[in-house]
Amino acid sequence: MNELWSYLETNGGNVLTALLQHIWLALLPVAIAFVLSLPLGALAHRYGPVRHVALTTGSVVYTVPSLALLLLLPGILGTSVLDPLNVVIALTLYSLALLVRTTADGLDAVDSTVLQAATAMGYRPLRRWFAVQLPLAMPVILTGLRVATVANVSMVSVAALIGIGGLGQLFTRGFQLGFYLPPIIIGLVLSVTLAVIADVLIVALQRGLTPWSRAGAR
Amino acid sequence: MIEFEGVTKRYPDGTVAVEDLSLKVETGQITVFVGPSGCGKTTALRMINRMIEPTSGRILIDGDDVTSRPEALLRRDIGYVIQAAGLFPHRTVLDNVATVPVLQGVSRREARASARGLLERVGLPANLGERYPAQLSGGQQQRVGVARALAADPPVLLMDEPFSAVDPVVRDDLQQELLRLQGELGKTIVLVTHDIDEAIRLGDKVAVFANGARLAQYAPPADLLAAPADDFVSSLVGRDRGFRGLSFTDGSQVALKPVDHTVDGLTLEVDRDGRPLGWRGPDGLLPTEGTFGDGANLRTVTDLVILSPAGAAVRVDAEGRADGLVLLEDLAGSVRSQQRERLAALATPEEAG
Repeated sequence: MNELWSYLETNGGNVLTALLQHIWLALLPVAIAFVLSLPLGALAHRYGPVRHVALTTGSVVYTVPSLALLLLLPGILGTSVLDPLNVVIALTLYSLALLVRTTADGLDAVDSTVLQAATAMGYRPLRRWFAVQLPLAMPVILTGLRVATVANVSMVSVAALIGIGGLGQLFTRGFQLGFYLPPIIIGLVLSVTLAVIADVLIVALQRGLTPWSRAGAR
Repeated sequence: MIEFEGVTKRYPDGTVAVEDLSLKVETGQITVFVGPSGCGKTTALRMINRMIEPTSGRILIDGDDVTSRPEALLRRDIGYVIQAAGLFPHRTVLDNVATVPVLQGVSRREARASARGLLERVGLPANLGERYPAQLSGGQQQRVGVARALAADPPVLLMDEPFSAVDPVVRDDLQQELLRLQGELGKTIVLVTHDIDEAIRLGDKVAVFANGARLAQYAPPADLLAAPADDFVSSLVGRDRGFRGLSFTDGSQVALKPVDHTVDGLTLEVDRDGRPLGWRGPDGLLPTEGTFGDGANLRTVTDLVILSPAGAAVRVDAEGRADGLVLLEDLAGSVRSQQRERLAALATPEEAG
């Protein structure tokens, strides 16, 4: 315990920087992927061939090991190996692969009679999408967002292996110092805490946005 | 008035859902489209608010072609009740009812206030307003569906199998409620159903669709029962059509005998105020098995005649005092002459000679 405190005292600044970096490296890709997944998921929901291509591509992307992707991307994008952009893009791809699928699934799950009713009430397509379709798909979409966010928080650690910041740096530091535990434990605790907090926040968001989805139990 | 003028709907794969349909739906009446599944009745209904566009022909509402307005605006002026209500699960009951007024630009607060009044109108307690549809029973959901369709006070109401997803007892309630509402509102209602009894009960006029999108008969329910146009209609209408048809005839047209008339050795015994107690005869006092009053239909009267030990139905006034008897022979004569008149009116000139 004492060792942990003394490590924090001397390296507190580094730990904080790593934590903040971890947060934005993990969350920025989810945010980008979330925004992109709405139109892509809608297309996949609507057009069979788009769905097929999008979901197959997604599955393939998911099978590429993260470390390999991080090493490949600079070659494809022409970025430097140490550019955090590689991490952001790699994790955006992973999140997107997951979220497009859940968005399409969420839209599929919306009762078609409800949509017909909306059209018959006089909704124009765009307004119907935002006022009826999207809200009704939200429970499934947010479940996907939960999985993607937690997965990202853990995956960012891998970025340290190619020399990019985040809590993963604390692990590599510990190994470099001959399996010196304090940084490893601190990194582990912070990364798990971060994942739990993110999860709780999304669940809270889910409850706030979709109070009706729990109203069914009579 | 809603007019179908030679309306055909043919799908790209060659299926014909509706073929050359021409009919007029009267303003302020309930018109029912009835027929087996796949007969084109729902397609016909949905062409009115352009959920489906016809391949050829046109549909006019009060003389205006429905295609003359943007479809979303047209639909906001046409109430729509869908099977199983089709309520928005993510909106409270009040917000569901307020949907169309809000689309028309009424403020949410105002729309919700008038939605509250509408809930009462369709027989729902106002405190259901803040619930979500999933917290309501099927019958309650269907009532909300009707309230939502009425919210913008549209002159035309389309109902697509509105009561098919609820159990028979609830369906009966909802049908009564619709007739009561229609008595107050006088909308032009087009209702689609596969249930001929519902069609006969609710319709001022019934359009019977046969397989292959053929309009087999378009007539008031009494005529449908009295004189089905062909075998298809008569099989759809089913058994006892003569007896069921009596419910469309006013029972007060039958000749009355005085209350002290002796029928087959039985006389009606009344109390001091003149209320019927029963039939007095050699077997003692036998029950009347019920009475009828003003506004009773011929089916009710006939039923009482059949049930009565004297073969006579007892008519009572508003205070319950017996004021006349309908005898079997008078009833039979009345039924016979009415059926003769009806068949003569429906027969084509050649056949009638």
